[in-house]
Amino acid sequence: MFSQAVFYFFAALAVTSAILMVTRRNIIHGAVFLITTLLATAGIFLQLDAEFLFVVQIILYVGGIMVLFVFVIMLVNLDVSMRLVQFNHQRFVAGALALVLGAQVFLALKVGPGVMPHPAQQIMSPKNTEAVGDALFTHYMLPFEIASILLLVAMIGAVVMAKRRV
Amino acid sequence: MTDVRKNGSSDVCTTVLGADEIILNMGPQHPSTHGVLRVKLKLDGERVVDSECIIGYLHRGVEKIAEHRSYQQFAPYVDRMDYVAAVSNGLGYCEAVEKLLNAEAPPRARVVRTILTELQRIASHLLWLGTHALDIGALTPVFYCFREREEILKIFEKYCGARLTTHAFRIGGLQYETYDGFEEEVKRFCQDFAQKIDEYETLLTENRIWVGRTKGVGILNAADAIALGVTGPVLRASGVKWDLRKAQPYAAYDQYEFDIPTRETGDTYDRYLVRMEEMRQSRRICLQAAENIPTGPIMAKVGKVLKPPPGEVYHSIEAPKGELGYYIVSDGTTQPYRVRVRPPSFINLQAFDKMARGSLVADVVAIIGTIDIVLGEVDR
Amino acid sequence: MMHLIPPAIVPYVLPVVYALVIVAVLPLMAGYIVLLERKVMADMQARLGPMRVGPHGLLQPIADAVKLLLKEDIVPREADRLMFYVAPLVSVTMALLAYAAMPFGPAFQIADLNVGLLFILAVSSLGIYGIVLGGWASNSHYSLLGALRSAAQLVSYETAAGLGLVSGLLLAGSLSMKDIVQAQADQGVWFILVAPIGFFVYLVGSIAETNRAPFDLPEAESELVAGYMTEYSGFRWSLYFLAEYANMIIVAGIATTLFLGGWLRPFPRIHEHLFGTSVELLDALPSLIFLAIGLYCFRLTPRQPVQIQKFVMAAAGGLCLLLAGAMAASLFAPPTVMQGVHGGFWFMVKVMAYLYAFLWIRFTFPRYRFDQLMRLGWRFLIPLALVNVIGVGTAIVLQQQWGWNPRVTELVTLAATIGVAIWLASEDEKPVAAVVAADGE
Repeated sequence: MFSQAVFYFFAALAVTSAILMVTRRNIIHGAVFLITTLLATAGIFLQLDAEFLFVVQIILYVGGIMVLFVFVIMLVNLDVSMRLVQFNHQRFVAGALALVLGAQVFLALKVGPGVMPHPAQQIMSPKNTEAVGDALFTHYMLPFEIASILLLVAMIGAVVMAKRRV
Repeated sequence: MTDVRKNGSSDVCTTVLGADEIILNMGPQHPSTHGVLRVKLKLDGERVVDSECIIGYLHRGVEKIAEHRSYQQFAPYVDRMDYVAAVSNGLGYCEAVEKLLNAEAPPRARVVRTILTELQRIASHLLWLGTHALDIGALTPVFYCFREREEILKIFEKYCGARLTTHAFRIGGLQYETYDGFEEEVKRFCQDFAQKIDEYETLLTENRIWVGRTKGVGILNAADAIALGVTGPVLRASGVKWDLRKAQPYAAYDQYEFDIPTRETGDTYDRYLVRMEEMRQSRRICLQAAENIPTGPIMAKVGKVLKPPPGEVYHSIEAPKGELGYYIVSDGTTQPYRVRVRPPSFINLQAFDKMARGSLVADVVAIIGTIDIVLGEVDR
Repeated sequence: MMHLIPPAIVPYVLPVVYALVIVAVLPLMAGYIVLLERKVMADMQARLGPMRVGPHGLLQPIADAVKLLLKEDIVPREADRLMFYVAPLVSVTMALLAYAAMPFGPAFQIADLNVGLLFILAVSSLGIYGIVLGGWASNSHYSLLGALRSAAQLVSYETAAGLGLVSGLLLAGSLSMKDIVQAQADQGVWFILVAPIGFFVYLVGSIAETNRAPFDLPEAESELVAGYMTEYSGFRWSLYFLAEYANMIIVAGIATTLFLGGWLRPFPRIHEHLFGTSVELLDALPSLIFLAIGLYCFRLTPRQPVQIQKFVMAAAGGLCLLLAGAMAASLFAPPTVMQGVHGGFWFMVKVMAYLYAFLWIRFTFPRYRFDQLMRLGWRFLIPLALVNVIGVGTAIVLQQQWGWNPRVTELVTLAATIGVAIWLASEDEKPVAAVVAADGE
């Protein structure tokens, strides 16, 4: 019962923050609400016993990527973005896509967990961090290394582009 | 972001500003400009592209006042120019007027003047070191420097009653005889002081952070220094071995042995080392002088009313900040016709633009500190 | 008494009590650490420090707090109100939240998370938002740039500090803070002796992370670029201040847990007994230390110039003797109590020692310029931390898989890492400004 209450709290927080994020005119407020959405999602991860994912979500997503977002927002000329129309002529297409997505999620929930692939059982064992580490460095070694190289390429590209300007 | 304010006298503003250039004003009230100095910097991102110093906030019309005071009456005014090193100002002025009168202070007076002036040099450099280190972020040396400076100021107070604006010398010699125990106190101070300089050096000289903040910052090469008329430790750190105490000896300097420290590069680190070494050499002079103060009168026979014959004189001394010169024109009356002061800080400040160009904004504070200016002298 | 509480909330009672204790004590402790800093600063600068408010200035933090509370609350008109209110709250909340996973003693921990260490790091990285939003809310271009610089510094050194911690983590084998201390007890050695470079990297990284000198340029260069705290006055400013000092205590706590043995006493596995009693010699150390301090206070009492200072010094001496007695009495109490009391004592001693190092460094060194600071972080500290992790990992593999002697592997990898450090430091010596001047001409 207690855990249900906690889940509903995080879920409500996530949904509310998401709605607030897309409806704010002030872009910094939008960014802050995105942060709270991500934190709520991290809370849900913790509830599912995925504690490593919980902290990594906070360290990387909120503490890294969102910091980058916020930096860029603050350094860019904001007056232009403040005057942008929130709901412009793309809203019909966006609405249609949202309805389609919603219908898919509803259908999936109705059909039940049988349709989704089973989560890898080893991730659910007590020491989540160890399990994730094991999986990453044994079964998923290749994707891990490819992702690392991708990140390295992105970093080098960013540094080169910044240096050229100086 | 462009902030162009049209200001007729400033040619920094009237040039076309590029896309990234901004003008930054370090206003007259600023904790690190050592007085009321206004510096306008034109920045390209982090780098200083151009700079302009706007002075005059402390102008008190000292030179004009001189025309309406008698020679002795003007003597306390000169202390207030470089108020950090008042004794040297007094020495320069008194010797200039003595030159005009064709008089000479007796030997005892000259030696005591030398001792007090060298102690004042140490005190001035101590204040410079403390504030310069504080600007760069070292919070502790300023307290140690002021502790030593306190000892010197105590000696001054015992001698002439004042710590800062001392009016220690008179035209023709000294008014006050040295107090009992003067030589012992000077010697004791000098003995304790060697260890203290080593203490400051331990804190700063080999420190990576200090070296990183001062090496290569504010470089002034010898040719530029001479062309700009820079004197004092700034000149000597740029490689030019010129010190008026050796080149044109005055007071009792020709009797003592001391070295003139010079360095090659002319960056902030070199100026720091030159001034540290100068403190050591001043201590050496004081020790030699205090060993052997000649006896005799302390005042030459110049009379109570000073009426120098018409003429002009330029006399300069090696003040702690550079060449301090007095150009006095006499028209035969008791009041000078014109007194023009050559303030070392004013001339040295001209080199600021040369030093600051191309450096980062964060270094500007270090560069102002390293020139060692006193606004009282710059503005008079 | 515990049977009166419904069983559903029993597991939550003790953590809530601990949390309340921490939240109540921490602001006071942060205030007194500020006073300690001022006194230590004064001592290093050959002066006395605050002496006026209360004997020896002991009531100074209270006077400061009262003053800050009574100050007018100024909110700039053009500022973003929501952000202006929220920013200091974010800083303080994150600083306090990190205490949830900090083990002050074997039983005194609010939550022993499996990923305790990562949790504290995560929460510390959230504290950056307090700075960034504070700079934003000031509505001044320079303030914002100062805040962004500060945040950039924090992010860079967080990486380095985290990598420094990884080396300690490799030795401990677990992310749970309690397990880390337990590993040090099992191995019988504080990890600082096994991975000193990791400790050094963490020390430097933590000084930069808490924006302390010599890395406090964003705060202190308020002459040219206003810091993020400019528009904050009164109580809001004190929240930022509290966050900074709480952060200092957190990083000291992490360093203590990971490298200095947490709540363990020195030499946890040496069980020399005192004259054949059941009391261990080293366990008597706390009471001996307090006894020595108390006697020293009594010795200083006659030398105080003023009556009330004499009284306070004597009272301090009495308090120390009382604590010595309490420590000694706890030796004969049940083991959990003794462990709790002594554990808390040793933890506080180590945290205070680490904080003293912070203060000492602040008053000795000048400040780094921002570009030098970033250079140091990225080009010296992070490579060194990486090499250190490789070194420690190699040492562990050699010990466990190939069975080499532990001491030998540690010494060899340590020597290699120090060699790399020296090489990196010499690389760093080329002054940036010379290059700058060269292309300025």
